[in-house]
Amino acid sequence: MSWDGPPVKLRIWLLTIVVILSNVLGNLALKLGMDHATEELSILGLIKTVFTPFVLLGIGLLVFWVLTRLTLLSLADLSFVLPVTAVGYILTAFIGKYLLSENISTERWAGTLFIVAGTALVGSTYPKTTQPDRGTAS
Amino acid sequence: MKWLMVAAIVGCTTISDLLQSHEMKRHGEIHEFQPGRWGRVMAGALQRRYLILSFVFMALSFFALLTLLSIADLSFAVPATAASFVVETVLAKLLLKERLNWRRWAGAGLVACGVALVSM
Repeated sequence: MSWDGPPVKLRIWLLTIVVILSNVLGNLALKLGMDHATEELSILGLIKTVFTPFVLLGIGLLVFWVLTRLTLLSLADLSFVLPVTAVGYILTAFIGKYLLSENISTERWAGTLFIVAGTALVGSTYPKTTQPDRGTAS
Repeated sequence: MKWLMVAAIVGCTTISDLLQSHEMKRHGEIHEFQPGRWGRVMAGALQRRYLILSFVFMALSFFALLTLLSIADLSFAVPATAASFVVETVLAKLLLKERLNWRRWAGAGLVACGVALVSM
């Protein structure tokens, strides 16, 4: 399989966006679900909470996140995937701050710049530097 | 106890990610994105034993994180576990034989620092 040309790179970046969004939205849905949980803290209460709409949505999104991340790992190196998907930390932090209506600290702005710079550096490298042992997928 | 949990999280996350990356490299590139076909490809991939093992370590990491959060603040937990970015990058080179140039090393370091700062 060829790695030259934009289509594969574009595919990797689109998949990266899907991985990031499914993780961020999944965590957000879980948080909203747990915030609205009215059950008492017991095993039975926890099981009832799992079957509430937001928690179910969160679990579904996180299962989708695992599957799309595995697909991304079939196309790109681990040392590429880890830093570029770290943008999710920024989105999570900002969504959390937005929902809690808090100010964004200097440290958080600095951290955001660090992550953006790191992601840009890694994103400018070739996504895959190894060849599969054997190709079985379509 | 706090640092034991940090070590458990970093260790289990690292093992899980290395197993997943190793197994997906062996599986081969997935270029099938039509939902039905993609689902079938992934269903086949999920039967690989190292992937199943990776989910065990993923679960252990999750429970270690829950334990850490019960004895420490989130502002401690997430920055402390950001070390896994650097550890995994080193092991990706040593074990997965990924070829890392200075941009990947610098990027991994910057992201680790950034995650620590954002989580404060």
